[in-house]
Amino acid sequence: MATTNVVTGGQYNYDVVRKFTIMTLVWGVVGMLVGVYIASELAYPFLNLDIPYITFGRLRPVHTGAVIFGFGGSALFATSYYIVQRTCQTRLFCSGLASFTFWGWQLIIVLAALGDVLGFSQGREYAEMAWPTDLLIAVVWVSYAVVYIGTVMKRKEPHIYVANWFYLAFILATALLHIFNNLAVPFSLTGSYSLFSGAQDAMTQWWYGHNAVGFFLTAAFLGMMYYFVPKQAGRPIYSYRLSIIHFWALIFLYMWAGTHHLHWTAIPDWTSTLAATFSIMLLLPSWGGMINGIMTLSGAWDKLRTDPIIRFMIVSLSFYGMSTFEGPMMSLKDVNALSHYTDWTIGHVHSGALGWVAMISFGALYHLIPRLWNTRIHSEKLINVHFWLATIGILLYIVPMWISGIMQGLMWRAFDDFGNLQYGFIETVIEMHRYYVFRALGGGVFLLGMVVMCYNMIVTIRSGNTRAAA
Amino acid sequence: MKHDKIERNIGLMLVLILLAISIGGLVEIVPLFFIKDTVEVVKTADGKEMVRPYTPLEQRGRDIYIREGCYLCHSQMIRPFRDESLRYGHYSLAAESKYDHPFQWGSKRTGPDLARVGGKYSNDWHVKHLIAPRGMVEGSVMPNYPWLMSPLDTSDIAARMKALRTVGVPYSDGEEEYQRNVQTFGEDVAKTLRIENAEDNLKEQAQFGNYDGNKSDVTEMDAVVAYLQVLGTMVDFKQFDDDYFATFR
Repeated sequence: MATTNVVTGGQYNYDVVRKFTIMTLVWGVVGMLVGVYIASELAYPFLNLDIPYITFGRLRPVHTGAVIFGFGGSALFATSYYIVQRTCQTRLFCSGLASFTFWGWQLIIVLAALGDVLGFSQGREYAEMAWPTDLLIAVVWVSYAVVYIGTVMKRKEPHIYVANWFYLAFILATALLHIFNNLAVPFSLTGSYSLFSGAQDAMTQWWYGHNAVGFFLTAAFLGMMYYFVPKQAGRPIYSYRLSIIHFWALIFLYMWAGTHHLHWTAIPDWTSTLAATFSIMLLLPSWGGMINGIMTLSGAWDKLRTDPIIRFMIVSLSFYGMSTFEGPMMSLKDVNALSHYTDWTIGHVHSGALGWVAMISFGALYHLIPRLWNTRIHSEKLINVHFWLATIGILLYIVPMWISGIMQGLMWRAFDDFGNLQYGFIETVIEMHRYYVFRALGGGVFLLGMVVMCYNMIVTIRSGNTRAAA
Repeated sequence: MKHDKIERNIGLMLVLILLAISIGGLVEIVPLFFIKDTVEVVKTADGKEMVRPYTPLEQRGRDIYIREGCYLCHSQMIRPFRDESLRYGHYSLAAESKYDHPFQWGSKRTGPDLARVGGKYSNDWHVKHLIAPRGMVEGSVMPNYPWLMSPLDTSDIAARMKALRTVGVPYSDGEEEYQRNVQTFGEDVAKTLRIENAEDNLKEQAQFGNYDGNKSDVTEMDAVVAYLQVLGTMVDFKQFDDDYFATFR
C-alpha cells in the first residue's frame, strides 16, 4: 500500500517515532542476547564465571527489563505515537514532552540494568528497579499520558479509533500498577523496603506482575494489532461490535486474574478461586481479539503466501490464541499444582512474549520503517528468512520447556512403592540439562532472526531519508 | 447508552476505563488488609508471638539474598501437598512471612524451596556450598558465590531497621517500644530488636554464632548463613493440632 505519500512535511511528528523505533531494535538485540546468555548459564553453570555482576540472579532482571520495557516498551511508544497521530489526523501534542519521554525512558532502561548488575534489586519480579528509578518511571509515564491524551483531545476525527482505546487502557493501568506495587520506604539512595509484607505484598506484586502481562504485553500490543493488521491487509477490522465487547471485557477481567500466580500459597482460598474463575472467563475476550485480528484477513488469505509481513502478524495472533488458551488452563488449581514453580511457566511466558509480542512488533516495524524513512524495504527475502528463524526459534524454545516443566513437576510428586519420594531434588535438576541446552539454542535462533532484521533495517534506513516528514 | 458516545468523548472513556480496571484489585487485595484471618495467630502457650522480626544479622543476610536475586530460582512457599511436606516440611503459613518486606515466596524452583531450610544443614555445609555448590552437590546449576566471604558493611544497619520500623516491623526505638516488645516476644528476642544496639547486636551474633567458620570478622557469609538457618524455624508446629491452621484458610 502506498500510504507513504499521504504524509506532508511537518504534519506529523515522526522524529520521536523514529527514535523509539531504532531503540526497539537495539533493546531487542541486547535483551535477547542476555536471555540467551542466562539460558546458557542454566545449561552450563561455569558461564557465571564467578563474577558477581553476571550471575544468573543479577542478569535475569536485566533480561526481563531490557526485553519487556526496553524492546516492548520502545515498540509501544513508537507505534502508539505513530498511530495516535495517524488516527487522530493531528500532530503529537507537545513535542518537547514527547522527546522527554524518549530520553527519560532510555535512561530508565539503562538505570534499571545497571541497578540489577550492581545488586540494587527490590526483590520484586519485573519491578526490580530501585526507588529513584521508580520515581523517574512515574514522571516519564505521566508525561506519556499527557502527550497521548493531549493528542487525542486535539483530534480532527470525531471518533477515537479502537487502537487508541487499548493504548489508553494500557497507559492508565500501567500507571496504577506501577505506583501501588512500588510503594516503599527508602533507607539509602539505592535501597528501600516495600510498604507491604508477606501475603498482602504477594497479592500486590502478582496483581502487578500479571497485569504487566495483561496491559503492557497484551492490551497495548492489541492496540498495535488493531492498526497494523488492517493496514497491512488493506481490509477493515472484521467486527466493530466484537472489538467493543472484547475490549471492555478484557480490561475488566484481567485485573482479577493475577492471584492465579499464588494458587496453593498462604493467601485466603477465596482470592485464589476468584482469580481462577476470572482467568477462565478471560479466554473469551482474548479469543475475541484473536478472531477479530485473524478474520480481518478474510477475503485476502492469499496475502499469507505473498506477504511475509502479514505472515508475521497472523502467526503472532495464532500464538496469542494459543497462549491465552494455555494460560487459563494453567490457572486451574489442579493443573497449577503441577505447573507452578516449573519451566512450564517459563515456556508459557515465552510463547506469549516471543510468539505474540515480538512477532506482532516485527510485523508492525516492517510496516512502519519504510514509511518513516520514505523508502522501500531493502530485502523482502530477508524478512522471510527472519520469519522462519523466529518461528523455528520459538518452537525450539517452548517445546523443551513444556517437556522439562511437566517432567520435573511429575518427578517432584513421584512416590516409590514404600510411599517415599522417588527422586531427590538434584536428580530432577540433572534431568533438565538437555532441555536447557535446547532452550538456549532456540533462543539463539530467535536472536539470529532479530540480527537479520537489524541488518535488513539498517540498509533500508540508510537508503531512505527523513526530509518529507521532519 | 450507545458506545458511539464513549468513542467521541475522551473524558468519559478515561473514567470508564479507570472504573473497569480498578474493581478487580479493590475486591481481591484491599480486604486482605482488614480481614484478620489472612495472617494466622501463632502464639506459644504463655502468649508470646512465635514469629519474630529478623535479628540485624539475619536481616542483612536477607538483603544480600535479595541483592543476588536468589528468589529467581528458589521459592520460599511450601504448598499443602503430600510430596512437598515430605520434601520440605509443614506447608508455609502467612504468619511466617509477616515481617518480610518484600515477600520472597518466589515463582520458580530451579533449585529447591528454602522456606524451611533452617537447621537442615550445618553452617559449614552452607559456607562450602555457597562458595562452590558443585563441590557439595554434583549436578547443581547454582552459581558460585565466593565473594560472600568479603566483609559485611554494618554501618547502615540502624538506617535499615528504622525504614523497616516505618513500614510496620516492630524494631524498637526507645525504652517504651522495647518494653512493648518484651511483652510481645519475650526479653531475649526483644533485646535483638533494639535499633540503638543494632550494630553491636549484629557483630555479637556473627561472632558468637560463627556462621562462616571465622570468628574474627563479620562477613556477608555470616549474614547469609544466619538468615538461611532461621528460615522456617520460628513456628513450633508440635504445639498446634493439624486442624488449627486450616481454619484460617
